[in-house]
Amino acid sequence: MSYSITEPSSRQKWVAGTLVITYALITMVPLLWIMMTSFKTPPDSISYPPKVMYQPSLEGYVNLFTTRTRVSPEKLASLPPPANFAEEIVRNRDMVIAGPSKFGGRFLNSVIIGFGSTFLSIFLGTLAAYAFSRFKIPLADDLLFFILSTRMMPPIAVAIPIFLMYRKLGLNDTHLGMILLYTAVNISLAVWLLKGFIDEIPREYEEAALIDGYTRFQAFYKVVLPQAATGIASTAIFCLIFAWNEYAFAVLLTSGTAQTAPPFIPTIIGVGGLDWPAIAAGATLFLLPVMIFTVMLRKHLLRGITFGAVRK
Amino acid sequence: MAEIVIKNLRKDFGDFTAVKESSFTIADGEFFMLLGPSGCGKTTTLRMIAGLELPSSGEIYLDGEEISQKPPSKRDIAFVFQMFALYPHMNVRRNISYPLASQGMSRRDIRTKIAEVSKILGIEHILDKSVGGLSGGDRQRVALGRAIVLEPKAFMMDEPLGALDAEFREHMSEELRALHDRMGATTVYVTHDQLEAMQMGDKIVVMNNAVVEQFGTPRDIYDKPATVFVADFIGSPSMNFLPFHGSISSGQTTVQLNQHTVAVPQQLHDTSGDLLLGVRPEHISISDSDGIACLVLALEYLGTTQIAVLDSEFGELKARLDSAMPINVGERVSVHFDSSTITLFEKTSGRAIRSSLNDGVFPHV
Repeated sequence: MSYSITEPSSRQKWVAGTLVITYALITMVPLLWIMMTSFKTPPDSISYPPKVMYQPSLEGYVNLFTTRTRVSPEKLASLPPPANFAEEIVRNRDMVIAGPSKFGGRFLNSVIIGFGSTFLSIFLGTLAAYAFSRFKIPLADDLLFFILSTRMMPPIAVAIPIFLMYRKLGLNDTHLGMILLYTAVNISLAVWLLKGFIDEIPREYEEAALIDGYTRFQAFYKVVLPQAATGIASTAIFCLIFAWNEYAFAVLLTSGTAQTAPPFIPTIIGVGGLDWPAIAAGATLFLLPVMIFTVMLRKHLLRGITFGAVRK
Repeated sequence: MAEIVIKNLRKDFGDFTAVKESSFTIADGEFFMLLGPSGCGKTTTLRMIAGLELPSSGEIYLDGEEISQKPPSKRDIAFVFQMFALYPHMNVRRNISYPLASQGMSRRDIRTKIAEVSKILGIEHILDKSVGGLSGGDRQRVALGRAIVLEPKAFMMDEPLGALDAEFREHMSEELRALHDRMGATTVYVTHDQLEAMQMGDKIVVMNNAVVEQFGTPRDIYDKPATVFVADFIGSPSMNFLPFHGSISSGQTTVQLNQHTVAVPQQLHDTSGDLLLGVRPEHISISDSDGIACLVLALEYLGTTQIAVLDSEFGELKARLDSAMPINVGERVSVHFDSSTITLFEKTSGRAIRSSLNDGVFPHV
């Protein structure tokens, strides 16, 4: 067998592979627990020792999306037969569905605010990064440092001023307010990451486009943007993950119309005891969009994480 | 088809002057070389002609029309980049059709045009490939295709062969020259390779430190250098310079180097002070007697010729000799110069002194 300095031996590869897979499995245990719990019935979810094998049920999901009221057995018997599986599950617990829960609305808020602020961060970030990368801007380095400095303290440190400011401006508990806030936090990350990516795209491409008869702006969106797609995709994932998961500001600034899912999910706990399956169902559904988004853009993500270190 | 006239062109980047008051004329259909060491301003000049940089002052005329402040898309000039700058997210066909698409040409016309261009360049078989997998030569051809598809008035080429292997370069330079001759469009070509410039160019501009040192035919540049820089930069090994102190008066046909009297072309200018006598290695011959005495320090065998490194009272000299000539390291020899080819220079200004050899070859001579 030949010996190579740079190529790992098959034994080394095997050991490394085992370690990585083991680590991946360990990190996935909480996720697995949440998903399993979401398909348990409330008694199963709190049984001890925890059940690994159980009869799956959609009760958690039904409870997540509905509000229910307890009725007397006589009333229950007098009702017409259940119209769908959800009603059947609820009636088994001596209850009837009173109406939809707030979860759907909160989830939609998360989608609007998360994707809205991601889009805005990327839009502004790309333009700013392009300008910083290509044009001579007076005090460019100081401006870039200033943009970065907005991330030098935890965002929550400015929670009180922002709270007061938002109340004054009427941005409290509005979609616009939350989109602006998350964009403000994400924009520095977006500008810095994207500037790195755009710096890597040779200017010759734009110059070629200028010679080919395109305007500067056409050269930007027809030539630079497609090549920055990798960077834009990975930056978008980072922005979305922050905006999607953000909890502290959401608790502080939203309570009704614009409340996102993270502050809402724990409040399920308070309704009729600890409804673990419903909470787990909420968490599972909450995980899905980011997961889908990440999987969709995953081929760009690896290069995104190692940005700057890997040359094309 | 275009004549390009450059008048007093200047470009400053802050405190740095990249191009200083340059003027020259590129005749219609000429293959014109901008030659110089890196950082001399040749690429900046090219970019100003194409419109990728705007000059700080001066004028550029294309076919009599002043274009120095126009955007590149309005100049009808194509540009071939050093690294080709093929759009990586498009295949070959789209790369070539990209300039046509910006003109709003119909799909049908684009297809005919591409068929035509790809036939000229011999790239029909790779039209649908992505540009990522192409060889250097094919990338070069695609880049040329993108340039010629618009039938521009002039081509700008920024070291287009710089990214290719030495072996392939030779082949590509012939191909380029043949393409130029067939199309007949004015071509301005930037290179730092003097051989490439001599081999391909109809005319050469030699630049150094933002200044045009000389422009003319390859033959003039080589035989009648206008400055020490040009004489030194062109030719390998470069010209020998023998320093001496003295005065020259118009009509003189010999100069006195220490105790040696050396015949030179008839001088047409009066000057005195520190001077240099420039002689090319191939214009040095060796005999046993009566010349400048030298010691042979080293020999470089080059096949048809050999380079003898000689130590003389004027410093080291290099002579290009027939390889059949019997000569040995350590031998004492005596050298003579072919007097009709000698150029004298002023040491401080670096300028050639006017003589019957170089009369009229460049304004300041």
